[in-house]
Amino acid sequence: MIAPLKDIIPAERARSTSFNEASARTRLELLLDAGSFVEFIGPEQREVSPHLRIFDLPEQFDDGIVVGHGRLDGSPVFVAAQEGRFMGGAFGEVHGAKLTGLLRAAREIGSIPVLILFDTGGVRLQEANAGELAIAEIMRAVMEARIAGAKVIGLIGGRSGCYGGGGLIAGCCSALAVSEPGRIAVSGPEVIETNRGVEEFDSRDRALVWRTMGGKHRRLLGAADVFADDTVQDFREAALELLSLVGPFGLDGLRAEQARLADRLRSFGGCEDAVDIWTAEGIAHAERVPELSADLFIALANRIGRTSRDAR
Amino acid sequence: MEDLNFQHRARARAGGTRQSAIVGVVASGNLEVLVERSLPDADCALEIKTAAVGFGEVWSAVIDDFVERYSPGGLKFSINDGGARPDTVSLRLAQAVRLIEGNGQ
Repeated sequence: MIAPLKDIIPAERARSTSFNEASARTRLELLLDAGSFVEFIGPEQREVSPHLRIFDLPEQFDDGIVVGHGRLDGSPVFVAAQEGRFMGGAFGEVHGAKLTGLLRAAREIGSIPVLILFDTGGVRLQEANAGELAIAEIMRAVMEARIAGAKVIGLIGGRSGCYGGGGLIAGCCSALAVSEPGRIAVSGPEVIETNRGVEEFDSRDRALVWRTMGGKHRRLLGAADVFADDTVQDFREAALELLSLVGPFGLDGLRAEQARLADRLRSFGGCEDAVDIWTAEGIAHAERVPELSADLFIALANRIGRTSRDAR
Repeated sequence: MEDLNFQHRARARAGGTRQSAIVGVVASGNLEVLVERSLPDADCALEIKTAAVGFGEVWSAVIDDFVERYSPGGLKFSINDGGARPDTVSLRLAQAVRLIEGNGQ
């Protein structure tokens, strides 16, 4: 007989819960120390989007993002989790303002890190200008929080991936953890195909999409620093690992990041496909990378050793 | 969008002391239910905003059945609906009562 959920200890639930399939609220509940999460501007305050009603679209009481604070292995953290199933986790005015406010709180305090659980297709088209402004405000708020000494860690493993403005914000973070289903990019597959044609990018070729934008490729390129298996517990451990690894932020780090990106472009700029990049990185049988289990892949990625840890 | 409101009398007050709970998500075929303990013990109210227009009678039947089964006295339900089927609505309402009656998570 299966034990009732309430009788299972949190760590076991976190180990057996897919990060990808869980809701934003469940992710936070299981990621943080049990019972430690306290929400800011909860759903009972009904801070809904002022725009969706105009388009005759349903609202969500938290506007698709849950923000607050809690504890991770006993230490305080600020957290934000996007709900990828509500409008693709897209940024609107209120959704964005909640994340901006959280990051500004982190800036004021300086010592408390921020975990952002991205799950987003980018900006919500129905509130495009407000959403674009929100992305710019959040990017600034991330950098200001980091300058003030707060580490900002992105965790990416949701259904909607991390696209559009979400990809830009992720690029501003101190470090990223990603799982196989967590895709990171700016323009999504359909956008690229629409603008550049099917010969440039066939959005229906799912294998191409995953090996170009998926978590494994982002880890091998060094864009993400840690690869997590798709459980909430794995993301919890990844967050703890990144919090211990991230160093202070300053001009030296930015110069190193610029050099890292320039080197990456020099090394792989001529590659036609992700498999060519993996081969150039010295991976034998690179075409088999997508099939590797999480354990084998993590061992391979650690051997390649490409990260942004000294940069960003 | 269509707004629907239902007022019911419940046999008994819902158990537990938690003040509010939320369950579900607003997506196609899904809904969120925010439940708050904010009414007199024998009252129950439901405010629904739904993307599927013209299903008032189905909502009425689902809610009559729900109130009869769970006796959610003292509870106010606020629902954002993305066009969920009646069985999904019943499930979410039951989950919401279960959550607010349980005093922890």
